[in-house]
Amino acid sequence: MSEPIRLKTPLSDEDVEKLKIGDRVLINGIVYTGRDAAHKRLFDLLKEGKDLPFDIKGQIIYYVGPTPAKPGQVFGSAGPTTSYRMDAYSPSLIERGLKGMIGKGMRSDAVKEAMKKYKAVYFAATGGAGALLAKRVKKAQMVAYEDLGPEAIRRLEVEDLPVIVVNDVRGNDLYIEGEKKFRKG
Amino acid sequence: MREVNVKLITEKVKELCMEANTNLGEDVLQAFDRAMEKEESPLGIEILKELKENARIAREEKVAICQDTGFAVIFVKLGQDVHLVGGDLREAIFEGVRQGYRDGYLRKSICHPFTRANTGDNTPAIIHTEVVPGEKVKITVAPKGGGSENMSRVTMLTPSDGKEGIKRYVVQRVKESGSNPCPPTIVGVGIGGTFEQAALLAKKSLLRLLGRKNPDPELEKFESEILTEINQLGIGPQGLGGRTTSLAVHILMMPCHIASFPLAVNIQCHAQRHKEAII
Repeated sequence: MSEPIRLKTPLSDEDVEKLKIGDRVLINGIVYTGRDAAHKRLFDLLKEGKDLPFDIKGQIIYYVGPTPAKPGQVFGSAGPTTSYRMDAYSPSLIERGLKGMIGKGMRSDAVKEAMKKYKAVYFAATGGAGALLAKRVKKAQMVAYEDLGPEAIRRLEVEDLPVIVVNDVRGNDLYIEGEKKFRKG
Repeated sequence: MREVNVKLITEKVKELCMEANTNLGEDVLQAFDRAMEKEESPLGIEILKELKENARIAREEKVAICQDTGFAVIFVKLGQDVHLVGGDLREAIFEGVRQGYRDGYLRKSICHPFTRANTGDNTPAIIHTEVVPGEKVKITVAPKGGGSENMSRVTMLTPSDGKEGIKRYVVQRVKESGSNPCPPTIVGVGIGGTFEQAALLAKKSLLRLLGRKNPDPELEKFESEILTEINQLGIGPQGLGGRTTSLAVHILMMPCHIASFPLAVNIQCHAQRHKEAII
């Protein structure tokens, strides 16, 4: 297997165009957290023509609801949550410049189309590797929706956050290709 | 008659909630090792390595293996010669869960089904109590996450569907679940009983240590057949392709009604968490 690719945020079109499904990537820089409730709020802001609580251009959103951090810990256990619940909201965010999403599980055709059209990539983090992923978070700051607790939007500084490219800008899907390759009978 | 103060139960439940969420069983780690030997996908092997490393970090730093620290599912085997004093058993267990999830920095993941308002303390817990001979109290805490639970089903097959029908249903369920339950999974199967009993059998089957055989040779063979077919699906670790879609199939069976053939499939993710204590 080839060496993992180190990526630094914010991401450009060139950055994401280079990625192929199956690439192992280590993400460095800023990642924003958000899942169900936060996405609904962001979506509503876009519908109303209002500004988002952070500049989304070139950014990555990680679908995560962590455990509370222990004293001395930067961030609690932080594996990905299942992404399809954010499918309704992602195309609008991608259109506004969101370049990457980290989660787990297959995305809808609408999300895959948006990724092709506006150049964005979907990464999978390993579900259940909560403790390992938490260690790659070096700083965590509240950005918006503190009332949502674990579902709040936080700005994370990450170092070598390990992810795998599942959807590239050409419309390929590792969930589909992987299963096809290893299916028997 | 032996008196046991429920405060002891609160303490034990608290400890077990924290232990189960941070310390993955040796049997699971060995199952990862066995899987790595057979896995043909290099990416699949990397993922299994990551899961082992994750378990090591969680154990050493006493942090949650997964951020979904689950619904507290608790099995109590209460000796019939035990006299519980000092309070209500159910309340004592809930208090243990409350304290364990608070002091263990575990996630509170229980909410009202309609409003989705969080209950704030990870209670209520699910408690399955059995009264057995003797004067001990055995407590097993088995936190169950939402992702794998959502892929689980109960169905009333027709008796003429037979064993083939069971195999077809279980394999189809795993296929449809895809990457959602965080493969590699453990597939708990409950056969027989009634509608609700089949589900409970499936849940209980998940308490068996990985690598242990089914004591019934016919079921052991059946488990093996189903597992082989599941692992031909190609779903693999995290659904990204591979030969290790499931680590094991565990079956518990009991007699059923002459007109029925109940079947329950309780999917468990790779974070098969359960710890027990005897008071």
